[in-house]
Amino acid sequence: MKGDAGALSPGRPAERVVIRAAARAGQAVLPLAAGLALGAAVLVALGRNPLAFYSDLFSAGLFSQAGLEASLTRLAPLLLIGIGYIVAFRAGLWNIGGDGQFLMAAAVVAGTAPLLVEALPRAAALILLAAIGFAVGGGWALLPAYLRAWHGMNEIITSVMMSYVGINLANLLIKGPWRSAETNVPQTQAVPLDDLLPRLGTSSIHIGLLVALLASLAVWYALRNTSTGLRLSILGASPRLAGHAGLPVKRLILGAFFFSGGFVGLGASIEILGVWGYMRADWNPQFGLALFGLVFLGRLSPLAVIPLAFFYAVLEIGGRDAVRKASLDYDFILILIALMLITLAVSRYLNWRRTVACATPALPPPSRDQARTE
Amino acid sequence: MNKAWPAVDVRGMSKVFPGVIANDRVDFTANWGEIHCLLGENGAGKSTLMNILSGMLCADAGAIRIDGCEVIIDSPRRARELGIGMVHQHPSLVPAFSLEDNLLLGDPSGLRLRRRTVVEGLSALSSRMGVSLSPADIVGELPLARQQQAEIVKRLLTGTRILILDEPTAVLSRIEASELGELLRGLREQHLAIIFITHKLPEAVSMADRITVMRSGAVVGRFGPDELARHDPDLKQNIVGFMFGGRASSAERETKPGGPLARREGRRGAPQRVAAEPLLDVRGLTVYPGKQEVGVADVSFAVSAGELFGVAGVEGNGQRELAEALVGQRALDGGQILLRGRAVGDLGVSERRRQGMGYVSDDRWGEGLAPSLPLSLNLFAKELGEGLPGRRWGHVSRREISRAAGRVISEFEIDVPSPDVSASVLSGGNAQKCLLARELASDPALVVYHNPTQGLDLRTANAIRDRILRMAHEGGVAGVLISPDLDELLLLCERIAVLAGGRLRGIVDSALPSAGECIASLMVGAASVGEAP
Amino acid sequence: MSGLFTASFASALISGAILAGMPLLLAALGETLGEQAGILGIGMEGYMLLGAYAGFNAAYYGHSHWLGFAAGAVSGLLAAALVSALSVWLQADQVVVGIAVILLAQGLTSVLHGVQFGSSYPRLEDMDRIAIPVLERIPVLGDSLFTQPVIFWLAVLILVAVRWFLRSTSWGLSLRAAGEAPRALDLAGVDVRMTRSWAVLASGALAGIGGAYLSILASGIFVPRMVNGLGFIAIVIAMLARGRVSLVAGGAIIFGVSLSISTALQLAGVDIPTDVVYMLPFVAVMAALLVIGRRAFLPAALGRAYRREQP
Repeated sequence: MKGDAGALSPGRPAERVVIRAAARAGQAVLPLAAGLALGAAVLVALGRNPLAFYSDLFSAGLFSQAGLEASLTRLAPLLLIGIGYIVAFRAGLWNIGGDGQFLMAAAVVAGTAPLLVEALPRAAALILLAAIGFAVGGGWALLPAYLRAWHGMNEIITSVMMSYVGINLANLLIKGPWRSAETNVPQTQAVPLDDLLPRLGTSSIHIGLLVALLASLAVWYALRNTSTGLRLSILGASPRLAGHAGLPVKRLILGAFFFSGGFVGLGASIEILGVWGYMRADWNPQFGLALFGLVFLGRLSPLAVIPLAFFYAVLEIGGRDAVRKASLDYDFILILIALMLITLAVSRYLNWRRTVACATPALPPPSRDQARTE
Repeated sequence: MNKAWPAVDVRGMSKVFPGVIANDRVDFTANWGEIHCLLGENGAGKSTLMNILSGMLCADAGAIRIDGCEVIIDSPRRARELGIGMVHQHPSLVPAFSLEDNLLLGDPSGLRLRRRTVVEGLSALSSRMGVSLSPADIVGELPLARQQQAEIVKRLLTGTRILILDEPTAVLSRIEASELGELLRGLREQHLAIIFITHKLPEAVSMADRITVMRSGAVVGRFGPDELARHDPDLKQNIVGFMFGGRASSAERETKPGGPLARREGRRGAPQRVAAEPLLDVRGLTVYPGKQEVGVADVSFAVSAGELFGVAGVEGNGQRELAEALVGQRALDGGQILLRGRAVGDLGVSERRRQGMGYVSDDRWGEGLAPSLPLSLNLFAKELGEGLPGRRWGHVSRREISRAAGRVISEFEIDVPSPDVSASVLSGGNAQKCLLARELASDPALVVYHNPTQGLDLRTANAIRDRILRMAHEGGVAGVLISPDLDELLLLCERIAVLAGGRLRGIVDSALPSAGECIASLMVGAASVGEAP
Repeated sequence: MSGLFTASFASALISGAILAGMPLLLAALGETLGEQAGILGIGMEGYMLLGAYAGFNAAYYGHSHWLGFAAGAVSGLLAAALVSALSVWLQADQVVVGIAVILLAQGLTSVLHGVQFGSSYPRLEDMDRIAIPVLERIPVLGDSLFTQPVIFWLAVLILVAVRWFLRSTSWGLSLRAAGEAPRALDLAGVDVRMTRSWAVLASGALAGIGGAYLSILASGIFVPRMVNGLGFIAIVIAMLARGRVSLVAGGAIIFGVSLSISTALQLAGVDIPTDVVYMLPFVAVMAALLVIGRRAFLPAALGRAYRREQP
């Protein structure tokens, strides 16, 4: 809690920051491990060997060069999506429509890429495409934002609705105007490898990872040290105070949602431009939902989301291999994620319980004013 | 119910919250057929004790005997089974439900709703109590006084024999308060035990058969029926002595030289201000009521520079709508607001702030502060509004904010370990000081104060009143002071308007000896005058 | 387009709408109970999916459709028990718990389906339909509305029961108070958390039956992730209806029509791409929200205020 400034070791400020970060990391690691342990129980129930499974998973995702590179590559879009969620969260808003924003941006980028790559020099084309992805993702988030800002409508529901529209509309675009004539399976025209995002050194990781890391830093800085970032924090902490203080609430909501969707769209761009070069119809990696839960429960700063997103990437990449070897459906990974969400929720409750002296069975302690002033 | 045993007998009750001892080994006894007032200033521990009795809180130590039997009260349901019913300060029925549905809520008699029984019970009780409540009334739309009556009816219908009321007259006008008094006396005749929490001494003395005085969590004085019946002229002074301890009583302090009252008197000797153009000129201000609101209709008044203008009236008569309309949190549906002759009715909150209007909200924790944010951010939240000089993406130094917050904190004597602690650690009094500091530190021309001393202990309340007065007289910061506390208004303001039913019913000169009565009668609507001579 | 205005088109449309709308109706009724008690059931998708899976399996292995429906109810109930424990008792955030349930359901059903059936999709035989004696002769309605399996009529009965429950029983009153003003309910001596728990369990059971309806009747097979947004539509229906059961029914019908319209149109010779069809209900919702544009319908606070406020 922010109020415990003095609770931890009163060393130099830098020390305190590190200690606090470590404590928070510890708080997250234990539930995650517990979730994995529960996953092991499920594996046993299914007649699979959990040790073999997890060793497959981590060696394929982490402890092999190819696996590590694949995980780091996967980290890029996940990190950007996570940043997008955090921007919205900071303002107290819930952008659950990540999948729709992602696919719409991916579709537009994949659809227009062949054209732009032909017409412009490589760098210009890529930058323009990234911007397009950002704009499409952000634009897709504007409708729920508008309904929330002007009409007070619950954005959880509206963003989910838009997500489903986006998923299907993206498919229509790929099967329709942007369908490549060169393949049987509906997909956009593929962009040649040389015109995609350059790789880092000799690895297979594309520079999208750097983009994602830079974005993390930029958002972290902006949220902490710019007036807009502080306004978002106030809006998220107390919408009523925001109104009372004269903050431009409607504009803030629109802006927060736009940037939230924008980062998701940027994540889609670099996934297309870095990994695929084209987009297939009926492709939905469903990055959105699971990551949303993890990011929320982690309540992380844009910097601390990096290890979390990496962990998720390792699960996905390594998991692909591990489930195949265990002859399970890939969706088993979702079970692991769900279990971790549950353990994180339980651990938050236990933490809260520890800080409360006497909780009546009927009610929580009375409101602060009630208690103090009688 | 055995007459031999007292209705309620509490021994050694203790309750501790983080940082404060709310109840310190309290002994308390209430008898059947008596109205027992629990008297003490804000923060004395009265509500805590009653919350324990009604099952809302669990005690840390102590024994409770109801009608002679030792009991443990661990939930509101248990309290109800024991015949204890509490009416809280703010109505706690379901606003969207009808009265009938509210009365049926929690009826333990099974699946089917006993509508007929309840309706009959309601009408019988209504006529006996002399109140008029209809089962189809939507509770949230009733005036607060009737909602309170509905709550009492509900308690009675569910078998309450020990009725506890927490500051019930806080939301009532004088007439409604005396009606309540009638009602309670009627219930007393039926041998109910009535416990009445208040911080208003005159009320306690006029209503109670028995008074228990609390201060700082402990019982410090008891006055029985014999003493109260004697009408001893020193009685009130005695009780006040218990309420505030051995040091100078509040009344004395107020009249000492250098106290606020003296200052005001001194000022009256100063040459009359030439009535130049008023600082704030409100003409025909109208705000349409929202849900469960009264709205404001055709309100006009003017405030001069450095003047404290009072708005009296019981809560719920349009105060919030007025305050919000003045500062821009609510749109005008009619009329004009002129600041230094310039129309500001179309300007937003931060623009009006830039023009010099500040607002101390009555909703400390809902609107005024964000508990999860650091105090420094709370203090400068309003500076982040539209009026912030520099680009939107402008860099902001957290360190600078912290330092500036530190300066404000020391200037306004706010008691916190550091400027960056979470605002949630503030006590009510310190929180209010922060709200004040936030406005006053930005050098406003006029501040709207809404209930600035609500729920605060006397020392803090006086400090705040002092600050408001000083800022007006020395700093030239004018104020519109909206408060239900008539004494406060009489103390601080020269002119006091009365807001009732959303309309301004008159403006009274507070220096008049009959100002109090004048205001009271205006509230009821007996007279509707312009400036009283 | 010639076949568009024939009786058979209308009949197909109605039959299809009922088939598509019943799962929605049941789930939306469940969600109504939950929302009225103050719990936003984001996990609806999960309940329905589990219900679809358990229902299909029980019907398949047990050779009885009714066993399937019962299994659907039980599986939804179990999932709801988890949600209740986490959201109501541990006061974990409702949205995250809902997401966890959706993921868990998706994961479990996909994995189990893979283990059991691999990539084959066995089919259940159709349920017998009952033709109501006189009414079945009415043109168009006769062979659609009045020739339905018994479970349809059971669902209608459930609808009536829920309405009666909410309006005319003390439990219904307490449930509504739990959502409107939990503190008032507590002061009236009713256990708010138990009330909310029961509401959540009921919502899970109903959604589970809805899911079973989907797999047993509407499609006859189980496909992983087959719910595909229906749970969210049910949430929207319940939110827009705000506790009025008649509106829930109306909403389910409307969405049922929009979902089934593609098959009916195909019969009439009109071809619409499946993606458009899948999009339609969601586009319809967004359009309706834009037009109605009033905050009353989707309260911003639902699902969140109840987390902070706590019972």
